[in-house]
Amino acid sequence: MEVPGLFNYWMAVVLMMAGLYAVIARGNLVKKIVGLGVFQISVFVLYITMGKVKGGTAPILGDGITVYSNPLPHVLILTAIVVGVATTALGLALVVRIRESFGTIEEDELQAIEEGEA
Amino acid sequence: MTLHDHLPALAVVVPLMAAPVIVALRRPTAAWAVAVAVSWACLAISGQLLQSVLANGPFSYLLGGWAAPWGIEYRVDPVDAFVLVIVSAIAAVVSLYAKTSVAKEIDPDRQYLFYAMYVLCLCGLLGMAITGDAFNVFVFLEISSLSTYVLVALGRDRRALTAAFRYLVLGTVGATFYVIGIGLAYMMTGTLNMADMAERLPAVAHTSTVRAALAFLVVGIGLKMAAFPLHLWLPNAYAHAPSVATAFLAGTATKVSVYVLLRIVLGVFGGTGLLTALPLMELLMAMALAGMFVGSAVAIWQPDLKRALAYSSVAQIGYILLGIAFLSETGLAAAIVHLFNHAIMKTALFLALGAIVFRLGSARIEDIAGIGRRMPLTMAAVLVAGLSLIGVPLTVGFVSKWYLVEAAIGAGLWPVAVAILLSSLLAVAYVWRIVEAAWFAKPSDKALAATEAPTALIVPTWAMAGAAVWFGVDATGTMGVARAAAAALLKGVAP
Amino acid sequence: MTPPVLMLLALLLPLVAVGPILMARRNPNLREAVSLAAAAVLFAVVLGLFGPVAAGERPELVLVEMLPGLSLALKLEPLGMLFALVASALWPVTTLYAVGYMRGHHEKNQTRFYAFFAVAIAAAMGIAMAGNMLTLFVFYEVLTICTFPLVTHAGTAEAKKAGRVYLGILIGTSVVFQLLAIVWTWAAAGTLDFVPGGILAGKVSDGAVAVLFALYVFGVGKAAVMPFHRWLPAAMVAPTPVSALLHAVAVVKAGVFTVLKVTVYVFGLDLLAATGGGTWLVWVAGFTIIAASVVALTKDNLKARLAYSTISQLSYVVLGAALLAPVSVLGAAVHIAAHAVGKITLFFAAGAVMVASHKTEVSQLAGIGRRMPWTMGAFAVGALSMIGLPPTAGFVSKWYVLSGAVETGQMLAVAVVVASTLLNAGYFLPIVYSAFFGREVHDGHHHDHGEAPWPSVAALTLTAAATVALFLMPDWAIGLAGDLVGR
Repeated sequence: MEVPGLFNYWMAVVLMMAGLYAVIARGNLVKKIVGLGVFQISVFVLYITMGKVKGGTAPILGDGITVYSNPLPHVLILTAIVVGVATTALGLALVVRIRESFGTIEEDELQAIEEGEA
Repeated sequence: MTLHDHLPALAVVVPLMAAPVIVALRRPTAAWAVAVAVSWACLAISGQLLQSVLANGPFSYLLGGWAAPWGIEYRVDPVDAFVLVIVSAIAAVVSLYAKTSVAKEIDPDRQYLFYAMYVLCLCGLLGMAITGDAFNVFVFLEISSLSTYVLVALGRDRRALTAAFRYLVLGTVGATFYVIGIGLAYMMTGTLNMADMAERLPAVAHTSTVRAALAFLVVGIGLKMAAFPLHLWLPNAYAHAPSVATAFLAGTATKVSVYVLLRIVLGVFGGTGLLTALPLMELLMAMALAGMFVGSAVAIWQPDLKRALAYSSVAQIGYILLGIAFLSETGLAAAIVHLFNHAIMKTALFLALGAIVFRLGSARIEDIAGIGRRMPLTMAAVLVAGLSLIGVPLTVGFVSKWYLVEAAIGAGLWPVAVAILLSSLLAVAYVWRIVEAAWFAKPSDKALAATEAPTALIVPTWAMAGAAVWFGVDATGTMGVARAAAAALLKGVAP
Repeated sequence: MTPPVLMLLALLLPLVAVGPILMARRNPNLREAVSLAAAAVLFAVVLGLFGPVAAGERPELVLVEMLPGLSLALKLEPLGMLFALVASALWPVTTLYAVGYMRGHHEKNQTRFYAFFAVAIAAAMGIAMAGNMLTLFVFYEVLTICTFPLVTHAGTAEAKKAGRVYLGILIGTSVVFQLLAIVWTWAAAGTLDFVPGGILAGKVSDGAVAVLFALYVFGVGKAAVMPFHRWLPAAMVAPTPVSALLHAVAVVKAGVFTVLKVTVYVFGLDLLAATGGGTWLVWVAGFTIIAASVVALTKDNLKARLAYSTISQLSYVVLGAALLAPVSVLGAAVHIAAHAVGKITLFFAAGAVMVASHKTEVSQLAGIGRRMPWTMGAFAVGALSMIGLPPTAGFVSKWYVLSGAVETGQMLAVAVVVASTLLNAGYFLPIVYSAFFGREVHDGHHHDHGEAPWPSVAALTLTAAATVALFLMPDWAIGLAGDLVGR
């Protein structure tokens, strides 16, 4: 297996794991959102990478261009980025509201407060 | 082309466009009126689609006129149309109920946001059901999910915020898993159209990329449908969301996710032979059985009835998953019919609970003591839907149970048949707890002060409870559709 | 009116009566008049069906196609006719009794009582006339659920606990065993219709027949075959009219009726005999008869003693079915009627004693026969019928069951019947004896009393008379039962 050739894929996996780890292991809600963002970005990398054609240029119609990257994944990821931004924004908005009503954004403290109310 | 030809697009466009209109209107009553109009319009469109599908067979609609492999294809077959009708019918009934309940539970200056999110969520759910493009499913999934997070966060209790946040994190992870799975499948097939993908996948089925794709997809969709043990977001979200949101989501969101599972796993991956080559069905069955028992058992001990019913939903999703895991026509038909049946009865129950919350301000077991005499109509609806949850004959729950057991016997899985029946006894425990409290306990102070819920809440509740009896007494129609759908789905599955 | 219309009427009449009963909740006289009228009309309707069925007609009526290929359907055959007649004849009598009892006992929630009572009767009619196993199961479950509020009527902690046992065992057995058996039958035979001679011959293996039969027998918790009998004593917390009509007649008879029906129409006597699939049941039924009688001996509470006696007597019917001889099945069918009139008399008497003297224990009853001669006289007739002595109905049915046992040479069954006769005498005769010849105990709580309110006394006299009448004129019942087994 030619590792450098698959470099992007390896990076996608690393980002994915790093993001997921942050989501699971971090108690701070903002850090969770950051982790979620990293996790989503890993998928963007994955898609962009698979659209790449060796020796191809950007998929813009022009003279003499015969080999170009697959534009579809780009379009898809454009959509996914929008979704990701929306998710991050909503997540952060929720964090602000949580901070306002609970006075903390630490998972364990929140849990303790909630158990007191149940 | 006439307007009629654009119905598939309209089913999605109408609610999508209504959302900004609602935001612009801002006034609660106007916002509500638009939401009602949109929901009923969607029901009319879905009904039309079902009718024409049953009359003329499946048909395609090319979004923007772009042909299938490049453009996005909306495909309508009996299964899609069935799900469309379920979702929009529940949305329509719940929308009528919404005004009174929302006015009580949500601040006036936020109500328009609730309705905007309601129609957006409806748009996403309908879109997932109607599209024939795997990536498009993701887009609609996120439209419905993002609006759902907001709906949940609008709950009165501050715990609604943390519930929404947790749902957001897990939901996003699930959706992202779905995208990864689709990406891997796209990598091997070069198409996102489900029908094309299904054709091309068998040739590359042996690659680990395709196997990984299937794994990501199952886990991702499993998270969205709250299959045990991926259900952790559900109980809090259902318990703390506004009553209307809970009723709407319980009846639709997880059901549409189940539909996506059927479409992707059976429809797209069915021909690869992986369903039987990998221990996938065994895994689903184990998840289903564990969910049936754990969900119901936990439900018995919940002091908050909304939470109890949320756990019951986890168990009920288990039944649906079990039907799928049999991979037989009877099993699939049972799963599809239970999708419908459970949507009806759970919506009825959550609507009734909403009426109780409306009067008592809570749905805790100690508060509803003696409420049976104060709110007889509401509690009768709880009883009817609760009996259906148990699977008592003459209710829809019995129909589902019957076919699940038949499928288990047909597959020779006797212990599973017994497990289905045993787990339904757990439902007796959590339903009868409510019955005893409501009719045979000393009235609580809150109950003594309560009176019957307003008509605006009773009528939609009974529309659903009545449907739970109607389709239980005569299940030939729903079973006919379910059987046809199951046969169609199984046709693409390699032995 | 044609027989199918009459069948529909028999099913709907009690249900329709619920409306007026609820509407008349502020006027007890009117409410009870509605109940009585509905009961009387129902009996007339069922009586109208007797002629055609006795003449060999088997009216059918499809209500609705519930599942594809499976309908809710009615079909009246001799055994169902017998059960329907017994239940519908005893409803008006019980209503009469209830008027006296519920008022005399100052019970609360009487409207709820009469309403659910009517629903229970409708369910019993549905069971009696069920045309296939699905229909029977549907009404069986309806009967369980609509009797729950009657059992927990008092609303006390004890009543709620009893209600849980009641519901737990009846729903539990019916869902886990019976429903499984029904779906299995459907999967194997492709039909659930009741067909003389059975529908399973050649469809399942010999070993499976025994398992399936066990699922049915234990799945019918209402038949109270041990070890699923606990619900019956628990249900005794209910008001006495409920114990009398439902837990001596409608509910428990629905149970043994179902066992008989399954034996004859789903399996067929020949199949069970050929495969030996029913042999084990002789032992289980025999054990239940003896064990329940022994427990009854130890119970001082009168209703508890009657409850265990019922468990024991129900297993006579099951035993008759398990012997698989036509004559014993005939006896079992007649016993449904014979035990019904006898046991309802005993319960009526127990309730009357409770209302008049507030006494509930056997040991308190010494000398009470002199204060309540009608009540205890009727009690004596009922007791004789339980023991199986002439001139009471119990003798007739026991005779046939016993001849079946002798005919098939099953000495175990013969021994069981003989032993239980002695046991029955052991726990009933002392009550009768001390009531009439014992000395009244003065324990301080004593107060002067006579008979219970007249409607109650009239009702129990009527059923005692019926117990004797059934001995003198058993032909109609034997005729129907004979049709059942083709004799």
